[in-house]
Amino acid sequence: MFAFAIRSLAQGVLVLVTVAFIAFSMFRFVGDPVVNMLGQEATQQDRQELTERLGLNDPWPIQFVRFLGDAAQGEFGVSYRQGRKVSDLIKERLPATLELAVLSAIFATGLGVLLGVYAAINRTGFVSNVIMTTSLIGVSLPTFLIGIGLIYIFAVELRWLPSFGRGEVVRLGWWSTGLLTESGRKSLILPVLTLGFFQLTLIMRLVRAEMLEVMRADFIRFARARGIADRAIELRHALRNTLIPVVTIAGLQLGSVIAFAIVTETVFQWPGLGALFVNAVQFADVPVMSAYLMFVAAVFVIVNLTVDLLYFILDPRLRSGRRVAKGH
Amino acid sequence: MAADGMAMDPVLSVRNLSLEFVTRRGVLRALNEISFDIARGEVLGVVGESGAGKSLTGTAIIGLIDKPGRLSGGEIWLKGQRIDNIGHDGLRKIRGRRIGMIFQDPLTSLNPLFRVGDQIAETILTHMPVSKAEARTRALALLTEVGIPAPESRIDAYPHEFSGGMRQRVVIALALAAEPDLIIADEPTTALDVSVQAQIITLLKRLCRTRGTSVMLITHDMGVIAETADRVAVMYAGRIVEIGPVADVIRHPKHPYATGLMGAIPALGAKVQRLTQITGAMPRLNAIPAGCAFRPRCTVAIGKCAEAVPPLVPVGATSARCWLHDAQVERSTSHG
Repeated sequence: MFAFAIRSLAQGVLVLVTVAFIAFSMFRFVGDPVVNMLGQEATQQDRQELTERLGLNDPWPIQFVRFLGDAAQGEFGVSYRQGRKVSDLIKERLPATLELAVLSAIFATGLGVLLGVYAAINRTGFVSNVIMTTSLIGVSLPTFLIGIGLIYIFAVELRWLPSFGRGEVVRLGWWSTGLLTESGRKSLILPVLTLGFFQLTLIMRLVRAEMLEVMRADFIRFARARGIADRAIELRHALRNTLIPVVTIAGLQLGSVIAFAIVTETVFQWPGLGALFVNAVQFADVPVMSAYLMFVAAVFVIVNLTVDLLYFILDPRLRSGRRVAKGH
Repeated sequence: MAADGMAMDPVLSVRNLSLEFVTRRGVLRALNEISFDIARGEVLGVVGESGAGKSLTGTAIIGLIDKPGRLSGGEIWLKGQRIDNIGHDGLRKIRGRRIGMIFQDPLTSLNPLFRVGDQIAETILTHMPVSKAEARTRALALLTEVGIPAPESRIDAYPHEFSGGMRQRVVIALALAAEPDLIIADEPTTALDVSVQAQIITLLKRLCRTRGTSVMLITHDMGVIAETADRVAVMYAGRIVEIGPVADVIRHPKHPYATGLMGAIPALGAKVQRLTQITGAMPRLNAIPAGCAFRPRCTVAIGKCAEAVPPLVPVGATSARCWLHDAQVERSTSHG
């Protein structure tokens, strides 16, 4: 298992370095940072000085290594537009995005597994059919439409929930949370539903399909022949076997929830990383864009590593490769 | 039935059991008036080609027929209690507790994500009022009994850490876990190496003999039947065509199909150029001919065979479903 973890880690690092190279190339191809930073009034001398100071006269491999070193410490330079350090900007926006994404993921996986199992066990029931039909809507409707629909119903018509922003936030050190105030919690509901709905329906349909498949397996038949109670067969024997493939998909989905909250953040004017990125693209703010790219890559690598390790907890066949020999 | 002198009270008694599949293109009759008894401690072998209804009979007894299959007639009695109409929960309490089941493929019978000891303990806890510690002790004893080496350490192993033969031993331990009256073994050795097959059959036979457990042994291996069974039922196209003591059926089969089956067993030492072969194939469920289902393949068929299904009648030591014997009976009675 240790070797496996090391191998996964090495693969993750390789992915990050590759993405870092792409992020690094953006500086060279998207605009000239010196022009961007100095504006039109600068003299030739100013330009040369800045170019030298930024290290842009060095050969590119040296620049890349320097970029890697900085990136490893979370430094991506200074935003062209806001004139502030990118690391500070990200630190400021990260709590909003993480709070939104984690709550969405909990909502989507928790309810998704629950409804999926229900729909698999009561395959022909009325409620199951309602769930399955509704899920089809969730899978096919685009996120922004769901967001706008929710805003229309709950913010405009019913006036129950705010339509944009985070509400009041409480600062805990550098972290800011909306969970401790009522307006903050209320503001979270609609974005969380919007961001999680697609994942919810996807996970639910996946769980249902996998579980129906597992319920046909021989060991389920044998468990029935042993007289094990139906509930125990469904919730112990079948569910655990169902979860193995589900963990993969759900993990990747979780990654994309964190990374691509852009649409939801835009619809709800959520002050998170997605909104930061959208603004950066509009102004060709390369340091922010490359930092965001690295952030997304890091999220996916971390999620994948976690999924790999979860396999070991769920599936004993992976855990004990060495002991197999003894059985024969 | 002729062989009923051996027990007052059979453990299992199946009476005129019929089973149908309701499909879009009509009703298919997969089992037709199956009747047999299994006495305490007796091993009944059930043989026949694939699709004859052997496994289906076992599945029907334990109540695990999947839709669209359904029992359409007959009764199943377990130690004087009727069990074909007691509903889902009633049956669940009988499965594992009073009837144990062993399936063909030990590689897929065990849940890959649970330790074997836990799976055995789970079965014990489901059926018996014992503590978890007690269940584990019993699981350990069972593993020892089925011949798992170093059971103290193997009890916490996962199924994939066992070989096929060892896994089938675990499956046998599971089937015996709650001390059932009857074991239904559905081709328990088919998926195993030939060298392991004999060990598993010997083990099953020994364990059931010491406990007085009856066995319904479903197989298409006549060798296994000859060694293991007390009586044998030969099935063809959803009916029992011959049933009787194993020695009689093997040496003097009365039904032409049984004769063909026995002729197809190669004997060691005997110099035979060719084994007998039954020409043709068993009819599909939707194309069973009128009269005797075996008639199209039968070499000694007479006119009557096309007209009506022959009844199961005693012929010497066994009972067979064949007009030849019935005709002889008729002739002898009309002359005498």
